[in-house]
Amino acid sequence: MNSLERTERSASSGFTIDFKALGPFLALVGLFILGTAINEAFLSGGNLANIFTRAAFIGIIAVGATFVITAGGIDLSVGSMAAFISGAMIVVMNTLVATLGAGIETVLIGVVLSIVLGVGAGAINGLVSTKGKIEAFIVTLGTMGIYRSLVTYMADGGTLSLDFEVRGVYRPVYYGDVLGIPVPVLVFFAVAVAGYVLLNMTPFGRKCFAIGSNEQVARYSAIHVDRVKTMTYVIQGLCVSLATIIYVPRLGSASSSTGVLWELEAIAAVIIGGTMLKGGYGRIWGTVVGAIMLTTIGNILNLTDAISNYLNGAVQGLIIIVAVFLQRGDWRRKKSK
Amino acid sequence: MTDAAVHAVNPDQQVRTRLSGRQICKSFGSAQVLFDVSIDLMAGEVHALLGENGAGKSTLVKILSGYHQPSSGELVLDGAPVTFHDSEAGENHGVILIHQELNLAEQLTVEENIFLGREIKRGWFLDKATMRQEAAKLLSQLQCDVDPKTRIRDLSVSDRQMVEIAKALSKKADILILDEPTAVLTGREVDILFDQIRRLRDQGVAILYISHKLDEIKAIADRVTVLRDGRHITTEPVAGLEKDDMARLMVGRDIKQMFPDRTPGHAGDVALSVRNLSVDGQVRDASFDLRRGEVLGFAGIVGAGRTALMEAIIGLRERSSGQIERNGNPVAINSLQDAKKCGIAYLTKDRKGSGLLLNMEMRPNLTLLALEKFGRVIIDRKAEEAALEAAIEAFDIRAADRKSKVGDFSGGNQQKLLLAKVMETDPEIVIIDEPTRGIDIGTKSQIYHFIGDLTNRGKSVILLSSEMPEMLGLSDRIAVMAAGCITGILEGNDRNEHEIMRHATGISGKQGVSVHE
Ligand SMILES: Nc1ncnc2c1ncn2[C@@H]1O[C@H](COP(=O)(O)OP(=O)(O)OP(=O)(O)O)[C@@H](O)[C@H]1O
Ligand SMILES: [Mg+2]
Repeated sequence: MNSLERTERSASSGFTIDFKALGPFLALVGLFILGTAINEAFLSGGNLANIFTRAAFIGIIAVGATFVITAGGIDLSVGSMAAFISGAMIVVMNTLVATLGAGIETVLIGVVLSIVLGVGAGAINGLVSTKGKIEAFIVTLGTMGIYRSLVTYMADGGTLSLDFEVRGVYRPVYYGDVLGIPVPVLVFFAVAVAGYVLLNMTPFGRKCFAIGSNEQVARYSAIHVDRVKTMTYVIQGLCVSLATIIYVPRLGSASSSTGVLWELEAIAAVIIGGTMLKGGYGRIWGTVVGAIMLTTIGNILNLTDAISNYLNGAVQGLIIIVAVFLQRGDWRRKKSK
Repeated sequence: MTDAAVHAVNPDQQVRTRLSGRQICKSFGSAQVLFDVSIDLMAGEVHALLGENGAGKSTLVKILSGYHQPSSGELVLDGAPVTFHDSEAGENHGVILIHQELNLAEQLTVEENIFLGREIKRGWFLDKATMRQEAAKLLSQLQCDVDPKTRIRDLSVSDRQMVEIAKALSKKADILILDEPTAVLTGREVDILFDQIRRLRDQGVAILYISHKLDEIKAIADRVTVLRDGRHITTEPVAGLEKDDMARLMVGRDIKQMFPDRTPGHAGDVALSVRNLSVDGQVRDASFDLRRGEVLGFAGIVGAGRTALMEAIIGLRERSSGQIERNGNPVAINSLQDAKKCGIAYLTKDRKGSGLLLNMEMRPNLTLLALEKFGRVIIDRKAEEAALEAAIEAFDIRAADRKSKVGDFSGGNQQKLLLAKVMETDPEIVIIDEPTRGIDIGTKSQIYHFIGDLTNRGKSVILLSSEMPEMLGLSDRIAVMAAGCITGILEGNDRNEHEIMRHATGISGKQGVSVHE
């Protein structure tokens, strides 16, 4: 285990260079080393593909959440929104089989529907909170309940299952790959790159930072505050819809328990990545790493018997708290005192 | 102790050194801002601290009161070395600092703020009645008719400052440090504050007073210490110094001409015309014309409705009636974005609350208002850097580290950055609300000449200021407001303090005068 020690020491000298920026990456590297140490199988291509594919769901949603949180908002409705959109997609696609058959058209209509619903749901969250001047926390708490009960209603309390033939056509979206890279991972990567450009290089992103830092200053800087804030929720809705499009062929079903607690995982990924919960500062790559970390923790617990798999949530929770504590940077000053 | 006694201006009054800083140095990261500064505060004396923006005044007083730790050097309290680990330790030793920036909890009431952290209790419960009584007593001492039950967010800046002062008075200071307390106060409030300072001085409190207003230093201080670029320049009795002397000591050179030359009658066509503008409960029937190349001053006591009128013009406040014309054409301005399109820019007087993003560095702050200039799709970083370079040069912004947060800048440098931010949109008309609040005399002169240059290039300026010399020295014409109405527009020889006061108090002038020449 000599190599492990050495790597950790060099990592800790990295802390002093710029811990805030590098922290999440270093922590992820640490997790990977831990995973390999526990089980050689951790680094196998199959397992890694598995981790990244699973991280893609939360990751795509979390990229959207980075915008909302950077602009000083919060969206608690994403998990239910995903469940509702899956349910609606399945119902519509199943109905279309009778007229259009189980072909690519049916799937395409389902995909378009998902995007329309996602963007619409995001716009509702954004408009109600900005025009209605209601805290985003309250608005999205409300829509969270609404979407959740809508999917339960659609499934009549049970489970909605996608038509078997349609599922066959739709399957490659989750299980397919391009040059060995799973499709969900590619989508995740594309969303992350687009998110990075939008947040860091465009006027829109700059305005998100400004609004999250101080709304009054943003207003006095001729920024359409309500418009920009609403757009962040629309982006969030679009991300949820993309994640759902990938999710539906995986299980081929939706029920009232689909997407439960995804909102918290998404927010956790964002915060671990170094975005500030109170707004004004956001980092897309941090979010990506945060999402991968969360999935990796679950994966490692699966590979070992040392800690029960049932403690997954506890370990995740611990990591979130530690990550945020380290990012605050106070610990270093205290140490030097 | 003994060499401090040599400094004493009133040997017969048995002056006693209370708190001293000895050879104080301070660095933030790699930037050193104080170099071997020593200062003695004596009981029963008002000691003034002078220096340019960024000279290190606030940093020094934060060290004296325990908010910052010196990098080297020591504090001496009543002859014994002392360390204040935090501001609480300082306060426990009787050292009270009123910060340059307001430090009130906006959502809490006046009385809750005054007793924040030192609530009066009866048993386990808060004794609200006593606190309210005490708060009311303190405020009436300051002749401030604010209800202790009002929330801070509903108060004007000057009232907030009076609450800060009341809070400091309630702490029974032995050593009271005031960091630019008058930057946001009106003349009457300054007089009241000075009465209180004199009362405390006579009770033996040691007072350290920071201000950029040299008149005030002459009026209130016994001795003055001058800092320049973090170094101690001199400490001497105020009696022997003229204002020019103080300015020279601060800046290190003579300031030849404070104001730009104003050639009368150079104004061109009407650039902006406001007709019968009203804002519910704040402005009534205001009409005026602004010409190209002119500075139109707006004078009036606080609450006269000047800021409300301006915010209504630029679409930040709802108008109940009125028309606005640009170059003779009616325009609909319903938001700041509309105003920007019409070439009108507004410099807020609340630089911390609505001017700058304090948690960000300079570059995004500078370009925020004119963002589309730097690319509609992708922001051009290089262009931003170049603009920052140019702004630092043009406005003489002195920041130790370009990457540090704007919130860590000295107050004056924040103000210069704010001015640079507004000018980044290259406006035709600039509405400037208190442009030199908290700005040192050298920089003030720079800003005045900058305004002069603007008008020479055919731009128009509306100037709101509570500083009379600034109003008289810069404005071609002066509109005076009282109780929401423009009571007169003074030109030529009428532009004097006496006429302004007569109109501002409503003794002279009609209500809602129209201004056809
Ligand atoms: N917390 C901080 N971190 C980094 N630099 C700081 C910090 N506080 C102050 N400075 C720097 O120290 C220098 C002195 O600032 P200071 O606020 O003491 O000036 P000042 O004399 O009070 O100026 P002003 O008249 O504008 O208020 C400035 O260059 C400022 O940028
Ligand atoms: Mg200062």
